[in-house]
Amino acid sequence: MDAIALLTIFVLSIFVGIEVVSKVSAILHTPLMSGANAIHGVVLVGAILVTGKATDNVQLYLGLTAIVLASINMVGGFVVTDRMLEMFKPKKAEKEEVSK
Amino acid sequence: MTPTWVRAAELAASVLFILALKGLSSPKSARRGNLLGALGATIATFVAFFYGEEFFGGPIQHLPEIMIAIAIGSIIGWIAAKRVQMTQMPQMVALFNGVGGGAAAVISVIEFLSAGNEETVASLTATIFTVVVGSVSFTGSLLTFAKLQELMTSRPVVIPLGRFITIGVAVGTVVTAVALVMNPSNTLLWLLLGLSLTLGILLVLPVGGADVPIVISLLNAFTGLSVAASGYVLGNVLLIVAGTLVGASGTLLTRMMAQAMGRPLTNTLFGAFKAKATTAAASTEDRPVKSASPDDVAIMLAYARKVIIVPGYGLAVAQAQNTIRELVELLVAKGIEVDYAIHPVAGRMPGHMNVLLAEANVPYDQLKEMDEINPEFPATDVALVVGANDVVNPAARDDKTAPIYGMPILNVDQAQQVVFLKRSMRPGFAGIENEVLFDPKTSLLFGDAKDSLTKVVSALKTL
Repeated sequence: MDAIALLTIFVLSIFVGIEVVSKVSAILHTPLMSGANAIHGVVLVGAILVTGKATDNVQLYLGLTAIVLASINMVGGFVVTDRMLEMFKPKKAEKEEVSK
Repeated sequence: MTPTWVRAAELAASVLFILALKGLSSPKSARRGNLLGALGATIATFVAFFYGEEFFGGPIQHLPEIMIAIAIGSIIGWIAAKRVQMTQMPQMVALFNGVGGGAAAVISVIEFLSAGNEETVASLTATIFTVVVGSVSFTGSLLTFAKLQELMTSRPVVIPLGRFITIGVAVGTVVTAVALVMNPSNTLLWLLLGLSLTLGILLVLPVGGADVPIVISLLNAFTGLSVAASGYVLGNVLLIVAGTLVGASGTLLTRMMAQAMGRPLTNTLFGAFKAKATTAAASTEDRPVKSASPDDVAIMLAYARKVIIVPGYGLAVAQAQNTIRELVELLVAKGIEVDYAIHPVAGRMPGHMNVLLAEANVPYDQLKEMDEINPEFPATDVALVVGANDVVNPAARDDKTAPIYGMPILNVDQAQQVVFLKRSMRPGFAGIENEVLFDPKTSLLFGDAKDSLTKVVSALKTL
């Protein structure tokens, strides 16, 4: 894809990124940071791509290292965020059930 | 060409990431938002294997090794995330962020090694940007982990001439980066890598304990940007979208956190260079404090009309969340008005204390935010501070030389009586003396927060 198209996507994404979190309450700062942290774990895709076309051993081992690091980021990030958010949930669920 | 269905799947993943961030911004939809993000990431990972001939020059190579590496990383991440205690959550996030930044840097190193000389200037610039920012994020995050885990001192570390060394390394990094773009060479790349890794350490060293969460958030945004840049290098739209989303929202989030602490960002990062050494002149031992027994505290609480609890990190470390809830239930049963005052950065990160108390089933409506509760302190009989220190330190309000000056605090010093449950006279995370401790209306109950609270609860029951 040409450079300007990629740049367009980049610029528009900045606005979306700012817009979606602009109204977050202080209570959710930590989970939001953690969730965003998990999302950049998608760098795993990049790690897979460069490893899949590695032409020598240096590139291969570096690539595999990147894959391990990126999967820790991605999987760990989402699981830890879920554990945090789990804490917010149960009481509401109970209340809803009672009201039913 | 990359198959159309792969690109369609990437579009779906991008939308899921946006919905994830949107969902995470509101308590009702937060958990679903996170799951949507996880779904997006799973889809993205799955389709990465199907980029086709154009990208891999044939079918994807090294498939078994790649699968094994993913499995190893996933298992490590899963176990770490499941095992970590809620109190240690902030450093876990820092660690995950660091490895993400490291991955982005490594990817760019590989790109450089495989195509350094043939890349366009724009692409080369993006590659080198990722190496620098990813490396800074990597070592910076590892250092914040060490600080929060208390593997090293959490106080600002100021090395002699530190400011000049940092500036020197920063300039060296930029110069090397520019030289690399003009004249790609492997030697320069390794030099740049070393400089960037050092820079990450130098930038985080002088940051004081209480400000570390803001730095984690900032490094999180950095990693996002480096992921976006590596997306540009690889011509991968999904990485650009996901990385930029995190970079932009992370930057805004960092600003909001800094605002919650009343500290401009530059102050957070470079404050330690300006601040004088603030070790209290009077040594703590020779200043009188009033200590109290659990029975005294129980009586004080039982005859109060209004009590405000100020929970801090010490409460969480002692795992005393359930005991404090029990205490509050007893007091409420006696007809005493009780609220929890939650400082925006109570715990180790903004919102951390809310998570910890929610875990202990403390009802939401008893949790009052700082602005709401502060006017109520003068009408409060007892302010019970459990394992908190910096967030109630009036130095932040009154002492312009204090490193935490300007941070909004809970005004416990305005309550009729103040009770501190503390382990020792050791100053708080920011490492500064708290004058309230020496106030005549203050009583201190020394000991582990959980032990002390248990004793107070049993004393209350016998009253």
